[in-house]
Amino acid sequence: MVLKAEFTKRLPQFDLQAEFRMDREIVAIVGPSGSGKTTFLNCLAGTVKPDSGRIELGGRVFAEDGRKPLRIQERRVGYLFQDYALFPHMTVRENILFGLPGKPEPLHVKELTELLGIRPLMDKYPHEISGGEKQRTALARALAMKPELLLLDEPFSALDDETRLRCRNELMRIHRDWQIPVLMVTHSMDEARRTADRIVRIEKGRMAELLISEASL
Amino acid sequence: MTVPDLSPLTLSLRVALLSTVLAAVTGIALARFMGRREFPGKSAAEALILLPLVLPPTVVGFGLIMLFGVNGPIGRLLEDWFGIRIVFTWVGAVIASFIVSLPLMYQSVQAAFEKVDPRWENVARTMGVSEWRIFRKVTFPLAWPGILAGLVLSFARGLGEFGATLMIAGFIPGETVTIPLAIYFSYEAGRTGEAMFWVVLITLLGLAAITWLNGWRRKTSRRRGRE
Repeated sequence: MVLKAEFTKRLPQFDLQAEFRMDREIVAIVGPSGSGKTTFLNCLAGTVKPDSGRIELGGRVFAEDGRKPLRIQERRVGYLFQDYALFPHMTVRENILFGLPGKPEPLHVKELTELLGIRPLMDKYPHEISGGEKQRTALARALAMKPELLLLDEPFSALDDETRLRCRNELMRIHRDWQIPVLMVTHSMDEARRTADRIVRIEKGRMAELLISEASL
Repeated sequence: MTVPDLSPLTLSLRVALLSTVLAAVTGIALARFMGRREFPGKSAAEALILLPLVLPPTVVGFGLIMLFGVNGPIGRLLEDWFGIRIVFTWVGAVIASFIVSLPLMYQSVQAAFEKVDPRWENVARTMGVSEWRIFRKVTFPLAWPGILAGLVLSFARGLGEFGATLMIAGFIPGETVTIPLAIYFSYEAGRTGEAMFWVVLITLLGLAAITWLNGWRRKTSRRRGRE
């Protein structure tokens, strides 16, 4: 499952010039605020349309010059938004199963919610659970559709140290089991170094690969 | 004081309910369309929807007579093709109420839709959910408090409509006399007690609607916390 993204997107201050390729690994995108990190994820998910270029995942073309972009619904991209964006009027169960209406809970969702320790919360509303529980619910929701690419926007930024460690371990375990490309945006170099196989830095819309050894300095 | 003929009450409720349903369907569809599309003349189209808000109801009534009267383009068409007459019927009262309550419904719904964070809709899209299901299960429920406020405002406006109704529907007891018309003509005829009866009744109806809406809002904001 290879992701190839070569596109440009005009932003108010500069152009985002993406040149990126990844396989079934965890890649962290780091960079200062406003450098184009989230826009990069949004272009992959389809919520933002690139101005030109091409995005392809496992041979499926998401966007290409002169062609209508693939609908978000058809991309099979799981997206964990910053602040999680759980539906406030739905329970944890309804949030997770929203993309699978009218079906009994699939086995992989049951296993996922067990692994993430959110089974006891299934009938609670988002305002009744903690930040770490919201993060795990949002992760389960992003994975419930069996995506072929997982995007995480600042997944651990709102968590305390202990919860962050636990969530990071869970993410790495899920990645090991599911074997899908995971792309994580973070402003924390330390977070990137501890979680990712590779680190890519974006600054003013330009992407450059960092060596893990460089990142640890 | 004798209890007057209660037909203005049933007629008012029928007119207000029907015009609210029409305003809700049209207002929600228009707000959804306007919120998601850009096209030349959009501002003018929006101004046209909101126009009855700033015009005297008699102007709205005059316009409706021009359109729906026996010699008006729509009125003649309806009469020739379907044998339906709008002027001096309760259907005319429904149309008058609909036109004056549509801007209130439209504004409430538009504001309610704008308050729904687009991230929720985008999350649902990434989950493979269709646009129609997203509207029904995400956008609509999250916009519901604003939509409900629009429904109550439209209903109240429909219940209280006087000027446009009088012009298009006239004063035909049992057929087009709603509560506001009954108040005016009872008072004019010196039947102050009867006018007072309708004044008290419509005031109580208005108070009940507002109290219920406020109570419902408190209850739902307790039940559903926001993130």
